[in-house]
Amino acid sequence: MPPDLEFTRKTSFETVGARPARPDGNDKVTGRARYGADVSVAGMLVGKVLRSPHAHARIVSIDTSGAEAIEGVKAVATRDDFPDIAPDAAVEGEGEENMWDVARNVMARDKALYEGHAVAAVAATSAAVADRALKSIDVTWEVLPHVTDVDEAMRPGAPVLHEDMRTKGLENAPRAPSNVAEYLKIAMGDSEAGFAKADLVVERDFRTEAAHQGYIEPHACLATVSEDGLAELWCCTQGHYGVRAMCAAILGMELSSLRVTPSEIGGGFGGKTTVFLEPVALALSRKAGRPVKMTMSREEVFRGSGPTSSTSMSVRIGATGDGRLTACEATFRYQGGAFPGSPVSYGAVCGMAPYDCRDVTLHCYDVVANRPKAAAYRAPGAPMAAFAIESVLDEIAQKLGMDPIALRLKNAVREGKTSVYGPTFGPVGFVECLEAARDHANARAPLGPNQARGVAAGFWPNYGGQTSVTMNVATDGSVLLSLGTPDIGGSRASMCMMAAEELGIGYGTVKAIIADTHALGHNDTTGGSRVTHSAGMATIEAARQVIRIMKERAARIWDIDVDAVVWEAGRVRPSGPNAGDHEPMSFREMAALSARTGGPIAGHAEIDAEGAGASFAVHMTDLEVDPETGRVVVLRYLTVQDAGKAVHPDYVEGQYQGGAAQGVGWALNEEYVYDAEGRLRNPGFLDYRMPVASDLPMIDTAIVEVPNPGHPYGVRGVGETPIVPPLAAVGNAVSRAIGRRMTHVPMSPPRIVEALDG
Amino acid sequence: MSHYRVTAVVNGDSVDFPCDAGETLLDALRDRLGLTGSKEGCASGDCGACSVMLDGRLVCSCLVLAAEAGGREIETIEGMADGNALHPLQRKFLDLGALQCGVCTPGFLVAAKALLDRDPDPTETDVRYWLAGNLCRCTGYDKIVRAVLETAEDMRGA
Repeated sequence: MPPDLEFTRKTSFETVGARPARPDGNDKVTGRARYGADVSVAGMLVGKVLRSPHAHARIVSIDTSGAEAIEGVKAVATRDDFPDIAPDAAVEGEGEENMWDVARNVMARDKALYEGHAVAAVAATSAAVADRALKSIDVTWEVLPHVTDVDEAMRPGAPVLHEDMRTKGLENAPRAPSNVAEYLKIAMGDSEAGFAKADLVVERDFRTEAAHQGYIEPHACLATVSEDGLAELWCCTQGHYGVRAMCAAILGMELSSLRVTPSEIGGGFGGKTTVFLEPVALALSRKAGRPVKMTMSREEVFRGSGPTSSTSMSVRIGATGDGRLTACEATFRYQGGAFPGSPVSYGAVCGMAPYDCRDVTLHCYDVVANRPKAAAYRAPGAPMAAFAIESVLDEIAQKLGMDPIALRLKNAVREGKTSVYGPTFGPVGFVECLEAARDHANARAPLGPNQARGVAAGFWPNYGGQTSVTMNVATDGSVLLSLGTPDIGGSRASMCMMAAEELGIGYGTVKAIIADTHALGHNDTTGGSRVTHSAGMATIEAARQVIRIMKERAARIWDIDVDAVVWEAGRVRPSGPNAGDHEPMSFREMAALSARTGGPIAGHAEIDAEGAGASFAVHMTDLEVDPETGRVVVLRYLTVQDAGKAVHPDYVEGQYQGGAAQGVGWALNEEYVYDAEGRLRNPGFLDYRMPVASDLPMIDTAIVEVPNPGHPYGVRGVGETPIVPPLAAVGNAVSRAIGRRMTHVPMSPPRIVEALDG
Repeated sequence: MSHYRVTAVVNGDSVDFPCDAGETLLDALRDRLGLTGSKEGCASGDCGACSVMLDGRLVCSCLVLAAEAGGREIETIEGMADGNALHPLQRKFLDLGALQCGVCTPGFLVAAKALLDRDPDPTETDVRYWLAGNLCRCTGYDKIVRAVLETAEDMRGA
């Protein structure tokens, strides 16, 4: 933590905690805000991608001569236009991205590994010409056997995606290739000894299907490469520094030659933390010598971008007769699509993190299958593991005749406790969340026939990471913040509020922009619930630098020692009578004097934030199941979560509500459905049905505030955790309503009917 | 492909543009007229991000051919504010934080205004079913539905 941030944390606030309109709001309610596809330039070409129709096929040859001969086609790109990448090259995206994988995902080389895998691209003078060109590209395929199911992909004899893949992490290094990229065992204590102490053991197998992030804005970008090799890229992304690093690595460019400007972003939820079109658009532009704009259709988003993993899990938990958890042993198998890197280990630790259970063994398998490369999706990996763990806990509560919140209270981690997640917890708000749920009016709402209440908890560790911020003070005392973290849901407002709070000036005086990659030092991607924490910390640090400069200048004006100048309520004043009789000067007065006192006043912060505060949530839902059709109606939904300190409560509530809605969709309906040929059957919003307004009730929220000691205002990230409990909360409610334990997400009507008949 | 010349009224202004036979009204608005407030989320009429009013009727502009717009009146999100004065719905969306990423917001606002124009006193269920053709992935709809209900109440009181 920067030294300036170590002093006393604020506990009373003027601006933070209020609900002002966001600075980018007017542009977003009038249609002026410019998203990825909203920019055009003169001479621009339309770029389009040819995608594999096969789930798994060797690319014998690609003949592009037919496409190149079409009038209006200005460039065609294939694997031959991208340098091959060293197997161990890596850059930072949301996590560490292996560039060999990312490059092959962006453009297939020897094989197409899933239906929708990009194999060629064209740039043409119109979309119609580009479509015609794609049809004229002649690919010779050698179709191979495929596998899309995670359990089948793990079986000996399954079609192998990568002939050189040997499972890492096994005691005896295997010689045969496998679709299991890695095995990881995470353990604490002695789970067998723990089971010996149990009076009750519940063991279940679970499955969850792959869901897509479902952002409404498809991927889009505009690339312009000039004759000297300098390039500009406009795109919708959660992290333009990551885009720059990945594109530069894939295309062999210097970072300083590529300027990436983030557009407004129409949703991401983790799915816009990597690259798909961007390197292709740059390659096409470089080849054509003209700007190239590319946008994905919704079908391409489903087939060719990154959904989350589908999973298969086995969980066994033991408890004493009075409800104390004694042991957990669980196996998590996550397929992450065609390349390694499923979020299985995140999931595994998050599932048991809320519980003070000392004897835990978790087996994690990272599996590849013939599906699109998984991308991060909000609390990557955690919702599925929480579904399995929290379902078993619910069953334990039922068997012991215990209230599900009481069971969790009995085992909840508190300050000073350690769970399988690892670090010893500081002050955390899990107990407070459970109590708030228990005491909420929804916990006492009457239930009718075929109705039931489900409860589940969720955890996400949160993250800090690298952030760079500049704060410029204009001579009229207004303030401009330059941020490098794309604003995905109101973060500009939060940063302006924290700046105003620290400077003691009005919120309306501070404006914020998201700057391009040339303007600021590196910023990690917007993800992991890191921005309000890390960029907030950097904003506060930059503000404190501005204050320091103003104090120094006041000291010089008054000809007193800087230590005799005090900053108070947005003004400089002498510390006392001994420091001299000088009138206090306001922030605005100091700003106006800047030209005569040493020039522009600006604060910078370049930090690598630690101290992210662990986040806990409890969700409680009431729903009704139609026993004839299996249709579920959500009657009530409550989200309770610890925000540490809610900077802008509207947007905190919005995160809780939005995550819950995504989770309810996943729990009840959303699913990647494959046919026997490994082709996605439902690549559109009609058949991949996300919740609409009439599917949901109002989503009640309760913000718990247990300050995070790692942030000067006590902030905890809030974005990820809201999607962790819903699969289990809904599953527990459905299971109680029908009297059968649901173990397969989504719990669509046919699966519920099947459970009722079974 | 054959080309058409279309004369229409967009947000009160008379416009004249060429289009291809297969071109959608959404593409014409965005690419020919520079009105990029209407968004393409799906191009299949499932997400409502391209909602516009066509002769007073709420439509997905991705499902209307540009050539069909000839001689008709179109209202888009860009025409919703009265000069510098936001429509009460726009103001309320900001006041209640009824948007996060904002990409679905233009479609929701156009659809919600269409509802309030025909029914100044909708129930929560009315609002939810009227807006069921508009997808939002960020908010869970709670604040959107509240904003529409509160705006209706404010406008009835005005």
